[in-house]
Amino acid sequence: MALWTRVACRLRRWVPAVLIPLAAAACIGTSAQFPQSTLHPKSDFTRMLDGVLMNTVWAAFAVFILVEGALVWIIFRYRGKPDDPEPRQVHGNTALEILWTAIPALLLALISVPTVKVIFQTYEVPKDALNIEVIGHQWWWEFRYPDYGVRTANELHVPVGKKVVLKMKTADVLHSFWSPELAAKRDLFPNHTNTLWFTADSTGYFSGQCAEFCGTQHGRMAFEIKSTSPEEFDAYIAGLKATGVKPAADSSAAAPASTEPTRVSTLAAAAPQVNPAEQAAVDSGAKIFRMCSSCHTLDATSTTNFIGPNLANIGSRRYLAARTILNTEANLASWIYDPQAIKHGVIMQRLGLTHEQATMVAKYLRTHR
Amino acid sequence: MATSAVSHADQIPSVYAEKRGIWSWITTVDHKRIGILYGATAFTFFLMGGIEALLIRWQLARPDNTFVTPEFYNELFTMHGTTMIFLAVMPLSATFFNYFIPLQLGARDVAFPRLNAFSYWVFLLGGLWLNSSFLFHAAPNAGWFGYANLTSTQYSPGLNIDFWMIGLQILGVSSLAAAVNFFTTVVNLRAKGMKLMRMPMFTWMSFITQVLLLLAFPVITVALILLMFDRFFGTHFYIPAAGGDPILWQHLFWIFGHPEVYILILPAFGIVSEVLPVFSRKPLFGYAAMVFSGIFIAFLGFGVWAHHMFATGMGPIADTMFSMTTMLIAIPTGVKIFNWLGTAAGGSLQMKTPMYFSLAFIAMFIIGGLSGVMHASPPADLQQTDSYFIVAHIHYVLFGGSIFALTSGAYYWWPKMFGRMLNETIGKVHFWLMFIAFNLTFFPMHFVGLHGMPRRVYTYPAGLGFETMNMLETAGAFLLALSQAVFIYNIIKAWRGPRNAPADPWNGATLEWATTSPPQEFNFAVEPEVHSRDPLWERKRQEGRLPEPQRVSGQGIHMPRPSFWPLLTATGVAGIFISMMMIPYLGWWFVVAMVLWFLFSVFNWVFEPV
Repeated sequence: MALWTRVACRLRRWVPAVLIPLAAAACIGTSAQFPQSTLHPKSDFTRMLDGVLMNTVWAAFAVFILVEGALVWIIFRYRGKPDDPEPRQVHGNTALEILWTAIPALLLALISVPTVKVIFQTYEVPKDALNIEVIGHQWWWEFRYPDYGVRTANELHVPVGKKVVLKMKTADVLHSFWSPELAAKRDLFPNHTNTLWFTADSTGYFSGQCAEFCGTQHGRMAFEIKSTSPEEFDAYIAGLKATGVKPAADSSAAAPASTEPTRVSTLAAAAPQVNPAEQAAVDSGAKIFRMCSSCHTLDATSTTNFIGPNLANIGSRRYLAARTILNTEANLASWIYDPQAIKHGVIMQRLGLTHEQATMVAKYLRTHR
Repeated sequence: MATSAVSHADQIPSVYAEKRGIWSWITTVDHKRIGILYGATAFTFFLMGGIEALLIRWQLARPDNTFVTPEFYNELFTMHGTTMIFLAVMPLSATFFNYFIPLQLGARDVAFPRLNAFSYWVFLLGGLWLNSSFLFHAAPNAGWFGYANLTSTQYSPGLNIDFWMIGLQILGVSSLAAAVNFFTTVVNLRAKGMKLMRMPMFTWMSFITQVLLLLAFPVITVALILLMFDRFFGTHFYIPAAGGDPILWQHLFWIFGHPEVYILILPAFGIVSEVLPVFSRKPLFGYAAMVFSGIFIAFLGFGVWAHHMFATGMGPIADTMFSMTTMLIAIPTGVKIFNWLGTAAGGSLQMKTPMYFSLAFIAMFIIGGLSGVMHASPPADLQQTDSYFIVAHIHYVLFGGSIFALTSGAYYWWPKMFGRMLNETIGKVHFWLMFIAFNLTFFPMHFVGLHGMPRRVYTYPAGLGFETMNMLETAGAFLLALSQAVFIYNIIKAWRGPRNAPADPWNGATLEWATTSPPQEFNFAVEPEVHSRDPLWERKRQEGRLPEPQRVSGQGIHMPRPSFWPLLTATGVAGIFISMMMIPYLGWWFVVAMVLWFLFSVFNWVFEPV
């Protein structure tokens, strides 16, 4: 037993020295492996935070090696037997104790300088930025563009390279907006506005999710930020604005496509190329959708606070129900048929539609892009 | 009367013979038996919290898992946190407070023995009440921190939050009563010659813990009473729609909550500070620095609460202030770690199981401390807070810290408490299994958190890179459960074995090793007198090997009589709180009845002859 323990201890000394750096490298990974990672910052804001963290990480790593190393060394060096003579009875050493009070103090002072600097920077809200209002709901995200007078949900589009300011509040309980790659995290309160700012430095989809426990479906309250070229972003906003052009457009998707060029391109009107059967389904869906319009709107410019998410561009979003399921026709139909089966606890109840009816509504909604 | 020297166990008169039977446990006011009651109850709750953890880990083993519903998952993580903090780690520390503070002080009992029994019964009833919520399918489900305004009747209409809020208030009564008791005990009942700066380090750290309890628990009590008023009587302290403010809860909760962290860890510091010198055969390095760093940690502990709230947007001045005070705490904590290393360095390390656990405590606590320094920095915390990185951090300090130290204490003091040695070989198997499993469970959480996994989510989607690490963590958790099974096996084996532990199996330095294992009801045949910090080492140096202390009759020693009034008064206290919750169902008369019952019990307690 003693031998076994001793061998195990000897091994234990070297195994971590080899394995820890290897494992650490594997764990840090790439942003393709870990698409929601704080370790792969993609904006000025998160790079700034990452810089502070890395200072501390290196200091902590050095302390870890030194202190754990000292501990392991002591364990092997001073291992005694029961009949060994009594070791020298030392009660303390003032010089040593002052030294090991002073060194950590110095180390912490060094860490605290960049920390304080960055604390103040995080609160310096830039002017001349794109303003976005973030409103948390149980369990989905509302995004408003006050500069353009449009609203959307669960998928936030921002132009790459442009400074963005998020002004955040909640409509019900506390939430926390967490976009690890772009904006880090702040809590959402009902009675005061919190801000975050960032400039995305690359295009693509960036995922994030709620980080403050907010009830049953806290685990399914995610969102995506799509960073696009400024042109694409302008087209996106124009498309959202266009959903408000005709108040009647909502209830009849079959209305002829507008001559407005932006609308044709961004709404990707399903109308012309669709076969007649499909078109009939879409039309029926539009009729059924009227019952949905007490909680939802298809008008991105509407300023009414509906209970449910704004669906103006639902057809173009990648996910449904705050990144719970992929946005396919089948998934959307299942959701409309019985949302409680997919995300139990949400406000939307099973409406009593048949599968066919739910599919018609799904087809109709997917024409809204 | 006392003409013959009675010195053999079989001749001990019945009054101080070992007591047996359920009734003797129900009416006991002996600090040692109450300690054992605390230990058995808390360990049971610890296993329940562990089972909750296993269910959590099973659910998270795979992405998009549907093993438990989101509703049940939220109950599980809430009860896991609440149980481990209030029903496991705190009362496991209280086990050792009860058993060893009087023994280390050379006292016959605590200052208020019946109040001590009362504390235990209130704790038991509070714990049972909290857990009984599972039977009603209404277990608390808003997290152990219960942030407003999710806890309002609008967003949590069921009984879940009521169970939590009432349960915690009951437990608070227990903690406050116990804190008053131990504080008074330390101040008044020290042996002759035991100046404060000669007190054993475990008793010192426990003493500081009592001060923290006395100052921190009133705050959570106030916060809970405000919540109770919001929920039961329609006030709006935390409800923004009516002008209240949910952030008030966060401030009140963490003014309690951060000292609570030190309530959980200071006793562990104390245990390690007892074990290291004994098994290094060398006195504690820098005794005074250890005492003052403990006091400094406790004092600063009240000035750091808002580091739990960096993401709430308090503004740069507040963030800076709380960040700096938090970093400051690393200094006295570092002093403690270096002094422990200084204690072991130059010693003759006796590698027994308690020593394994204490050394592992240091190793794990360093990791928890370093990750703590990382999120003491608000910019880093804006990413880390509410992520699995924090879950890793708290488990490194509360499991790698407190639980490892408490296990060390269990192996160290087991022979004293039960007169039986725990098996060394099984102890080491227990240690290695627990050490490896612990790191397997919690180390990957650092990374999965940094990679963007938030806490308290009942599931996660595939494709975010969380799968492998979560699977490892789940495997670790089940291995950790196995290590506890090994511990239980060791306990059962010792229980069935002979009661033959010597009074001083480890060459101890403090007074508890000067009396029999287990001690008789009155602890010491003759009240001890001390002249130094390590009184027993000093005696052994002067007198050589000490003779095994004999059990004596204890004639002429007055000990308080057993009483069932502490239990009945405890039912009154718990009853008052529970009846508040029952107002909508049973009406006010039940509250009145419980208050009368409480007053009746207190009256009888006060006028009971001791």
